[in-house]
Amino acid sequence: MTDKKTSVHGAVLEDTPSDGDRPLVELRDAGKSYGNIRALHGVDLTVRAGKVSCVLGDNGAGKSTLIKIVSGLHQHTEGEFLVDGGPVRFSSPREALDKGIATVYQDLAVVPLMPVWRNFFLGSELTKGPWPFRRLDIDRMKKTADEELRNMGIVLDDMEQPIGTLSGGQRQCVAIARAVHFGARVLILDEPTAALGVKQSGVVLKYIAMARDRGLGVIFITHNPHHAYMVGDHFSVLRLGTLELSADRSEVGLDELTNHMAGGAELAALKHELAQVRGVDTEELPEEGDIRAPAAAPEEGKS
Amino acid sequence: MSMARQAEPAAVTPPPAPGPKESDGRTVRRPLALRLLARPEVGVFLGAVAVLVFFLVTAPPVRDGSSMANILYQSSTIGIMALPVALLMIGGEFDLSAGVAVITSALTASMLSYQLTLNVWVGVVVALVVSLAVGMFNGWMLVKTGLPSFLVTLGTFLILQGVNLAVTKLVTGNVATDDISDMDGFDQAKALFASSFEVGGVQVKITVVWWLVFAALATWVLLRTKYGNWIFAVGGNKESARAVGVPVTFTKISLFMLVGFGAWFVGMHNLFSFNTVQSGEGVGQELIYIAAAVIGGCLLTGGYGSAIGPVFGAFMFGMVQQGIVYAGWNPDWFKAFLGVMLLGAVLINLWVQRTATRR
Repeated sequence: MTDKKTSVHGAVLEDTPSDGDRPLVELRDAGKSYGNIRALHGVDLTVRAGKVSCVLGDNGAGKSTLIKIVSGLHQHTEGEFLVDGGPVRFSSPREALDKGIATVYQDLAVVPLMPVWRNFFLGSELTKGPWPFRRLDIDRMKKTADEELRNMGIVLDDMEQPIGTLSGGQRQCVAIARAVHFGARVLILDEPTAALGVKQSGVVLKYIAMARDRGLGVIFITHNPHHAYMVGDHFSVLRLGTLELSADRSEVGLDELTNHMAGGAELAALKHELAQVRGVDTEELPEEGDIRAPAAAPEEGKS
Repeated sequence: MSMARQAEPAAVTPPPAPGPKESDGRTVRRPLALRLLARPEVGVFLGAVAVLVFFLVTAPPVRDGSSMANILYQSSTIGIMALPVALLMIGGEFDLSAGVAVITSALTASMLSYQLTLNVWVGVVVALVVSLAVGMFNGWMLVKTGLPSFLVTLGTFLILQGVNLAVTKLVTGNVATDDISDMDGFDQAKALFASSFEVGGVQVKITVVWWLVFAALATWVLLRTKYGNWIFAVGGNKESARAVGVPVTFTKISLFMLVGFGAWFVGMHNLFSFNTVQSGEGVGQELIYIAAAVIGGCLLTGGYGSAIGPVFGAFMFGMVQQGIVYAGWNPDWFKAFLGVMLLGAVLINLWVQRTATRR
């Protein structure tokens, strides 16, 4: 499965949709304060159809706050939040879902004890029959869930098995398949690869690429620059609640991205102190001046 | 859905799955017996059968048809309440005020009708409104404050207990309400809530029928409707449920109101079968309901269980309660016996589920 990744990715880059110049979701100078704590401020983010916007940042950088605003769990307190060019303010995740913004959470994607098909359709169940006897259309739901999962390359023997018995990667994929199935236009992925093994991460990245190919706008939140660089079209690095870097793929290389992510600027400043500690190899660390320099090295595998 | 279909063939050149595999191949189909044992209600069913057989052997009077009708009646008064309590438990909460709420409902109907000399149906309807309001208050407090349901409903339990006694004394000057059996509409209401009918020479109480009807309804709702799906979801993982668009607040509050409905129904049964209500009763009953639900295979922490399980759970209670009497033992042993049974049932349930679901 994973060996298809490069070809999938290559195929996409050649025919990225040019229509829909208007962004699906846009944040302008947005921010969020919890009481007197300013968790996020001055953040710009643009999500276009068929593009992957990566949001990177260390723990506590404000990534979670950012997606909570977009997904409708919290409301922004500063700036503007536009969907299809119109300002919005969601009061519940349901409203965001109705606008086509679906979020796949890292830890709260599913209800573990419920069967796979019930999880797949949770909150958007298919029903049949007139009102007092309106009931779940179980056969159709099982069939649809199975088809959609097979489209995503997940083959399950039994739709009745509790979703908690699936592996972490499979669960993420079920959640992604669900979002795609329910007509999401914008897919927010909260660190989908954080708890996964190498191969599973590859599978999830492949689905991100597939979702993009279906014309979805994707917000991919991660603290792994390597994963981000495999699928990303735009990179935003958050640091202490504000944007440190916002650059298109053409403007930034993996090395520079990694440096920004790893707190390269701070690390360089620490280099001299570290140099005095025996056993710390400072040769490989960049100098402060190197960080801002454009990535000169040509990217491999990039058309 | 349609969008996914249209957009599918667009840019993906290779098919996503490398040829549709028929099965994953890593899961082995379990034997039917093991799969059955993993169901939440099967363990308690076996337990109920065991208790039944035990008393059939040790207490000969139990073999009589009328004794069985009596046992079923006893079970039904617990079982009707155990159902909504079980649904609430699957939904991740429990209600300590359920026992005294039954008495509150009965007192409301009784005193209102008697003091204002109204048709008893007025009292019955007002009692329903009061019961639903109590449930709604519980649910609303829980959702708004985020406190555990243990604390919220413990508060309601104490409030209702005090109000029951104080208001009854204030209004009637006594700890019990006046006899309402000669009032307008009493016979109709009694027919609905507390009558009995004959089956093959045995008098069967109508509550047994209601109990089974409600159980069937609850099972259908739980397994076959959106709302049932939501109950499992809010009990299993409230945050996930909310994030995928399940109306968590509505589900929780309505579950508490369902317990209110159950309390009203049992309250009306008590009122119309005894004509008067003792205001201090009901304390301790809430734990019986919770125990019946837990014995019935509902997970105390929510997200797992069934509506049929508590039916067997309640039957075990009724069986033991009456069986001890029929066996001619000292009824003081009842609670001790129940405690042993509760622990035993829970342990057997646990063991059965672990064995059956072991991976």
